[in-house]
Amino acid sequence: MGKTLAEKVWDEHVVRSTPGEPDLLYIDLHLIHEVTSPQAFDGLRLAGRKVRRPDLTLATEDHNVPTVDWDKPIADPVSKTQVDTLRKNAADFGVRLHPLGDVEQGIVHVVGPQLGLTQPGMTIVCGDSHTSTHGAFGAIAFGIGTSEVEHVLATQTLPQAKPRTMAVTVNGSLPEGVTAKDLVLTLIAHTGTGGGQGYIVEYRGQAIEELSMEGRMTVCNMSIEWGAKAGLIAPDQTTFDYIEGKPEAPQGADWDAAVAHWKTLVTDEDAEFDEEIVLDASTMTPFVTWGTNPGQGVPLGATVPSPDDFEDATDKVATEKALEYMGLEAGTPMREIKVDTVFVGSCTNGRIEDLRLAAEIIEGHQVAEGTRLLVVPGSVRVRNQAMEEGLDKVFIDAGAEWRGAGCSMCLGMNPDQLAPQERSASTSNRNFEGRQGKGGRTHLVSVPVAAATAIRGTLSSPADLDLDTSSR
Amino acid sequence: MEKFTSHTGVGVPLKRSNVDTDQIIPAVYLKRVTRTGFEDGLFAAWRNDPDFVLNQPAYAAGSVLVAGPDFGTGSSREHAVWALQNYGFKVVLSARFADIFRGNSGKAGLVAGQVDEKVVQALWDYLEDNPGGQITVDLEAKTVSTPDGEVQDSFDIDDYTRWRLLEGLDDIGITLGHEDQIAAYEATRPSWKPATQHA
Ligand code: SF4
Repeated sequence: MGKTLAEKVWDEHVVRSTPGEPDLLYIDLHLIHEVTSPQAFDGLRLAGRKVRRPDLTLATEDHNVPTVDWDKPIADPVSKTQVDTLRKNAADFGVRLHPLGDVEQGIVHVVGPQLGLTQPGMTIVCGDSHTSTHGAFGAIAFGIGTSEVEHVLATQTLPQAKPRTMAVTVNGSLPEGVTAKDLVLTLIAHTGTGGGQGYIVEYRGQAIEELSMEGRMTVCNMSIEWGAKAGLIAPDQTTFDYIEGKPEAPQGADWDAAVAHWKTLVTDEDAEFDEEIVLDASTMTPFVTWGTNPGQGVPLGATVPSPDDFEDATDKVATEKALEYMGLEAGTPMREIKVDTVFVGSCTNGRIEDLRLAAEIIEGHQVAEGTRLLVVPGSVRVRNQAMEEGLDKVFIDAGAEWRGAGCSMCLGMNPDQLAPQERSASTSNRNFEGRQGKGGRTHLVSVPVAAATAIRGTLSSPADLDLDTSSR
Repeated sequence: MEKFTSHTGVGVPLKRSNVDTDQIIPAVYLKRVTRTGFEDGLFAAWRNDPDFVLNQPAYAAGSVLVAGPDFGTGSSREHAVWALQNYGFKVVLSARFADIFRGNSGKAGLVAGQVDEKVVQALWDYLEDNPGGQITVDLEAKTVSTPDGEVQDSFDIDDYTRWRLLEGLDDIGITLGHEDQIAAYEATRPSWKPATQHA
């Protein structure tokens, strides 16, 4: 029997395999940020250990950093301590760090791919659950805890039990204006937030093949939101084209050898998955969440559901609680929901393609009165690229706030936060209670929906803007 | 991790049951970026009480905690184990431990020995008569004893954890025991695999 892509990559990294024990996996790339690494470095110090492979380790500052005044000291003392600690640890242990103000600084999952460090067939870990993003390149990439961070720092390996494999096959093409984000939100609403538990998922099928690398990263990023251990996509020409010429990409003969190997990284015809889900992309539409987990979503054209729509008793209660927290009435058309803040950014949708798409829709419009739009590039590199293309002007002219790079309003850890009861349309990945600030209410949306919502002030798609113009 | 074979130190009677990890160290003490210094949060709520056992001079240098049943329940925070260790505890004896606490202890090198309820009582009686008295915990023989021979009994700890503690191996230590295999694997990695630093 043949092997799945995940099995091939896994098997290539087994350092040691003994019956009754987890496999010892070699880790090709270890990404680090300020929040989950301090105790790991401290553990090394206490045990008198060093970082085994600083040359396979990369650190950046993202969760705690402000997106304005980044040239001034960080105001919040706890955030400042975490960032300062990372700087000291990186210096003491010889780890390459891209600090605030550096041209390569940014969200860890944006930085890896844009440097060309994320490549097919690798094992990549980080003390962050959205490490699954890197699976878009055909890598096995997953989040780990602080004890595991220490383990990887010391040994460059990790004991891991082999997960089961699942295929998510998305046939057909996405209709015009429907994005990777809508695709993955539709998938999560279909499976529930626990549907992927225990699996490495391979996304495949025509709709996946037709996605850009940015789109593929958006899909893989949200693997964790339906419980999967990791998500990955077989590398193809799109992947190779994206990597070629990036700062850390292989060159010359190395490039040829790498690509020759990468081309073997596909699921064999006769391989078997433990589970399979099939979806049809051609029926998908812009998709938005109404509740407090990423599985609580509906098409933009639908209405807020009622607890009575659910058979399962726990679903009923969950819906009731979510509606109360979100301050929503069952039956309200999603399009009538008024939004205070629109956030375009995060490791889900903070890449250059996302900013281009947002600018294209916003150009020539104004942000609605009573609504604010935050545009936060995922990295300094993305920010600079956007400015070279004049995207910053489009946003600023429309009345948006054009910010520095970081996690920003994706999570309530830095100064960019929602006020209690403030409602957002956000291109990030989590709408948990309080995620964007205590009491804040989050609707997860795609970039086009975010942009159109900023202009109209209510949840909208670009198609609604066209209607506005033609009825004028 | 240091090897643990046998330890003799001041016994501390903690005459409470169901001590959860929030009581061992409250959440407000978890913001630190180190794995050390958590002793200031250890049993924080009780330390204000002058009668609390650790506030009595005889027990200030305690290293063997003799606790009531169901020790370490609740939140999974590893900090609870770190706080006990940072204070100076090497061993906790109890009739029952919460699973996660027991697991975390094994990882961090704190001996969590399970003893009979009557052994706990006997140790408490001994410490009542001899405040600041010493207790010997022999991991090799899995025994706990007092110098006067009043208490001489066995304790339970799972074989794998016992082996690791005797050898002084944490999970990382065990993996580093396979160093040769890691190095052999590294030697086979293709030259085109990316690196973050270049010679
Ligand atoms: S952008 Fe959000 S999800 Fe991504 S790493 Fe930062 S906090 Fe985590």
